[in-house]
Amino acid sequence: MNTAPISPIRLFIPQDVAALAVGAERVVKAITSHAAADGTPITITRTGSRGLFWLETLVEVETLAGRIAYGPVNPHDVPGLFNAGFLLGGAHPLRLGRMEDHPWLKGQTRLTFARCGIVDPLSLADYEATGGYKGLRHALAIGPAAIVETVTKSGLRGRGGAGFPTGVKWKTVADTKAPQKYIVCNADEGDSGTFADRMIMEGDPFCLIEGMSIAGIAVGATKGYIYSRSEYPHANRTMRAAIAEAYRTGRLGADILGSGVTFDLELRVGAGAYVCGEETALLESLEGKRGQVRAKPPLPAHKGLFGQPTVINNLISLATVPVILAEGAAYYADFGMGRSRGTMPIQIAGNVRHGGLYETAFGVTLGEIVEGIGDGTATGRPVKAVQCGGPLGAYFPPILFDTPYDYEAFAQRDGLIGHGGVVVFDDSVDMAAQARFAMEFCAIESCGKCTPCRIGSTRGREVVEKIMAGREVDANLVLLEDLCATMKFGSLCALGGFTPYPVLSAVRHYPEDFRRRHAAAAE
Amino acid sequence: MPSASHRPTWDPFRAEAIIADHAQMPGALLPILHALQEEFGHVPEPAVPLLADALNLSRAEVHGVITFYHDFRHDPSGRHVVKLCRAEACQSMKGEHTASHLLRRLGIDWGGTTPDGSVTVEPVYCLGLCATAPAALVDGEPHGRLTPESLAGIVEEARRA
Repeated sequence: MNTAPISPIRLFIPQDVAALAVGAERVVKAITSHAAADGTPITITRTGSRGLFWLETLVEVETLAGRIAYGPVNPHDVPGLFNAGFLLGGAHPLRLGRMEDHPWLKGQTRLTFARCGIVDPLSLADYEATGGYKGLRHALAIGPAAIVETVTKSGLRGRGGAGFPTGVKWKTVADTKAPQKYIVCNADEGDSGTFADRMIMEGDPFCLIEGMSIAGIAVGATKGYIYSRSEYPHANRTMRAAIAEAYRTGRLGADILGSGVTFDLELRVGAGAYVCGEETALLESLEGKRGQVRAKPPLPAHKGLFGQPTVINNLISLATVPVILAEGAAYYADFGMGRSRGTMPIQIAGNVRHGGLYETAFGVTLGEIVEGIGDGTATGRPVKAVQCGGPLGAYFPPILFDTPYDYEAFAQRDGLIGHGGVVVFDDSVDMAAQARFAMEFCAIESCGKCTPCRIGSTRGREVVEKIMAGREVDANLVLLEDLCATMKFGSLCALGGFTPYPVLSAVRHYPEDFRRRHAAAAE
Repeated sequence: MPSASHRPTWDPFRAEAIIADHAQMPGALLPILHALQEEFGHVPEPAVPLLADALNLSRAEVHGVITFYHDFRHDPSGRHVVKLCRAEACQSMKGEHTASHLLRRLGIDWGGTTPDGSVTVEPVYCLGLCATAPAALVDGEPHGRLTPESLAGIVEEARRA
């Protein structure tokens, strides 16, 4: 380029907490002070993350050839980048080119995460320029019954883990007469290995606001709550700012977008209790009580928050609603396999080289996710186990890597996809220790309401410890199986009911890890 | 244990003002408890009867809620709070090893505060930083890809500040 730019050069640097955790703030400072010293005018737009966390801090520069990315940038790389003319897209070892052409993004189908990492999360102008509020406008035009039908036809299922059809839930609430109904967003994303909700709140919060507003119109609810986590202070700040902006511009409140429809929205923050991710415990917590699980029935759709009919959906389900309304049910349902329609934001985490958020249609195999997309372990050692679906999800050995990513296919192999977390472990992991942790975690987080979970988890940890110590291993393994059956079939909710999945999958697939002391003693 | 010097000591008038600010919200107890902890660094015991009165609950109910949630502290924290993740993704990257180094170095256990009142280390189960593990929040700021050395450096820097 031979003409000097007349306006400031625009840079994009994530403010996502994962980028901050690897030093994004120091990179911003280094670039700002270097540009000031050079007398080069620049503006830096803080975005969410595109979800390629091994490339953070990812710095993008707006050029005539598009947004040219550099990463992973550390503060000490900054002088070299300026010398290489990176503000004009110059060549440098960290230059990645346009992210749209990056293979990790090109292989994805980004519907829910279409804007994440690209736009300024608090700019409504950015949001609307990229299709924002198209879904809500359409929803207002077609009315409640047609909205519910569209969501039902899209095949969208709850992205929190249970996979219940979202449209059916909405229809139940729509058909229930009550003076007040509620939309509750479950953003209590406590599963290790998951960060999709967090990324939306930090990177595209208006998308959630739009999705919840559409849900409100569909079922006749005028009030919504987002229940987030205290472990997410950054996400909560961005989400609160977005809600305030939506109120300021008439997108929340008494007359949304001039339609005459009322929808109020408030963010509430949990207090470190994992079990509050369970929907009825969450409702109790929102009411200001101990987060104890309720027996069902009644369903929240009939008697939910403050005893009123309530749609309680996972954040990703609600954030997917705008694109379904904007593009149509068929567009969304065209992606996926079997009864798992649309896309899933898979979160690849733990000991993995290319960790991050990968949104793709259902059907990709677990092996492709771990070895292909994730590129194996970060430590370079062989993969030993992959835990799918959070702390209540099964451990999969490489021999099951042909399992397609699909609700039913995972269930057939005694696993669950849950909220989409995939945590990779290398061969240094001791699976007996992981089984013990699963029981220990259940004991720490049990709400105490039902006995199989409250007592079973503590007894379970003790039994695993006896096995690890080589004491009566065969008898204790039988006892552990029996205890797991009691927890699985006798617990009120998924905490006690699903803790057996990681425990029994570890026993089944890695028997040698439970017989170490036993074998050593026999020699 | 020395009390945290950066937090105001118990002030019933301040507590009543905080409670009054939120009391009209539906399901007000958790937002109030967060606000009290924000102000005092923990939820002081004398707040319990004030909460019970304002929200028309029994003291037992208020106590039950405070003790149910891991976040609410019964004693003041140190001047700096390290929330270290102990969940699976961080385990897969040797998070427990990194954590035990820090605890040994500080001479405390999980949930403990150093004798000089400078640092409290609390366990958390997932910060959503699972692809940059192991991770921690130090005084609310995120840190990822921790090693025993980098974590010790971050904590020392916070202590000196």
